[in-house]
Amino acid sequence: MLKFDNVSMRYPGAGDVLRNVSFHLQRGEMAFLTGHSGAGKSTLLKLIALIERCSRGQVLLDGESLNLAKDRQVPYIRRKVGLIFQDYKLLQDRTVFDNVALPLVIAGYGHNEVSRRVRASLDKVGLLGKERKYPAVLSGGEQQRVGIARAVVNKPPMILADEPTGNLDPELSAEIMHLFEQFQQVGVTILIASHDISLIAQMNHRILKLDHGQLVAS
Amino acid sequence: MKHVNKKSVKQEPRWQTKIAGGNFVDKFHAYRNHHAQALFSSLGRLVASRFSSAMTIIVLAIAISLASGFYILVTNLQQLAGNLEASNQISLFIKDEISEARTNKFANSIRQNPDIQDVKLITKEQALEEFQSYSGFGDAIKALEKNPLPVVIQVLPKNSLENEQALEALLDDFKRSAEVDFAQMDMQWVKRLKSIMTIARRGVTLLSLLLGAGVLFITANTIRLELHNRRDEVVIAKLVGATNGFIHRPFLYSGFWIGFFSGVTAWFIVTTIMLILKQPIETLSRLYDGAFHVVFLGFAETLALLFISSVLGVVGSWIVLHFQLQQLKPE
Repeated sequence: MLKFDNVSMRYPGAGDVLRNVSFHLQRGEMAFLTGHSGAGKSTLLKLIALIERCSRGQVLLDGESLNLAKDRQVPYIRRKVGLIFQDYKLLQDRTVFDNVALPLVIAGYGHNEVSRRVRASLDKVGLLGKERKYPAVLSGGEQQRVGIARAVVNKPPMILADEPTGNLDPELSAEIMHLFEQFQQVGVTILIASHDISLIAQMNHRILKLDHGQLVAS
Repeated sequence: MKHVNKKSVKQEPRWQTKIAGGNFVDKFHAYRNHHAQALFSSLGRLVASRFSSAMTIIVLAIAISLASGFYILVTNLQQLAGNLEASNQISLFIKDEISEARTNKFANSIRQNPDIQDVKLITKEQALEEFQSYSGFGDAIKALEKNPLPVVIQVLPKNSLENEQALEALLDDFKRSAEVDFAQMDMQWVKRLKSIMTIARRGVTLLSLLLGAGVLFITANTIRLELHNRRDEVVIAKLVGATNGFIHRPFLYSGFWIGFFSGVTAWFIVTTIMLILKQPIETLSRLYDGAFHVVFLGFAETLALLFISSVLGVVGSWIVLHFQLQQLKPE
């Protein structure tokens, strides 16, 4: 599903942030990406979401080379990847329903389909009945679950999460991780960047460890 | 690795093929609804920030009304010049001491001239009557013991005599006649007026271009601010796979509304000014021959005004979106 082939990333003036990173995630696999701050975790995720392009090597998503993707194709590639952020990135002036519906509206789904899928997605994260609420009145854990519902509503084959539990207490974090496992069980490929070592250790999943831009364990 | 390289050389990725599910009708409705939603939500945002929207729209409306105001002014002047177009006539003021019989004879002799189309003799009495009815000095004239107005022969040369030298020669002939005190060709000032009109028309075009550019950049700056205010929304939309078209749409509609409302406001400004000026102008016109009427912005001109201002709004926002959205990268 996701393959890194000798990928290096160099920012002008900052040197190599990633050096010869190679790994392969199978379809339906769940993995943690870990490492110290500045090890290149976020950069690696950015390459998959095409926020950045790699300097050398090749990134393959679903068998297609991201290096070759043209700018106008980028939106369509992003629809295959559900993104989850530490700060949730919800629109504060929109209801939970509208936040979750955004990817579907963008993809051009009709009203009925949007309504059906949003409710299904909110049901999965346990927030059915809060469609009309605004993000500000929800707790951190609930807001992150709205973020997750938005990421999966389009049924993408891949989910990327950047420190999804960074702002949550251990109990809520475990809940969120359990949610990811449920998506993995239905065949979604999941890559989670996190430096919460204790949490990661509790879970029996593959760990990719970055150290100064190099993959030291996978 | 080998497999990958082969693929990368051979074919382009097939990303774009997989778009939304659902049936076609549902998707078409979704597309239409999205446009309608963008149209009305941008209007809603404009209303929500009514103070700043109003200021922008008024500034734009003033610029647009300056351009269209000058346009309508020139149109009115053109109408005036148009009325005068036919009069390349020559007025001959007859010397006071020339008798009526001799004047008639002189007029007849001019009539024989093959270059002359028409000759009209205006007697002192006719001149006085005309002057009294049009100038508003009727009572003052009556107070005079003697009619001070000269006999005038109006000579209209044939149209074949268009070229200037021939007209000048004719004029010189008249000037040399013993009966003529003073000969004047009316066309000269018409000609001057026409060249002034040409300058005015060109001036209006230049002014409109300049003000149009102003409108374009004011709109662009307004949209730039809106883009800045809604940065988060744009970034999130980009991250969940929005195309540039999707992101552009609400801003283009904002630009459209700003342009459209500026056009409407400008129309009201111009029409109000014309209404205020209408009465004194018509009074002035009545004091002459009443041939001049104030021209307002017509239906086609109003449509053009609204169309041009809307287009300027859309183009202005497009410029900003084109250049600024590239820089708005998700973090």
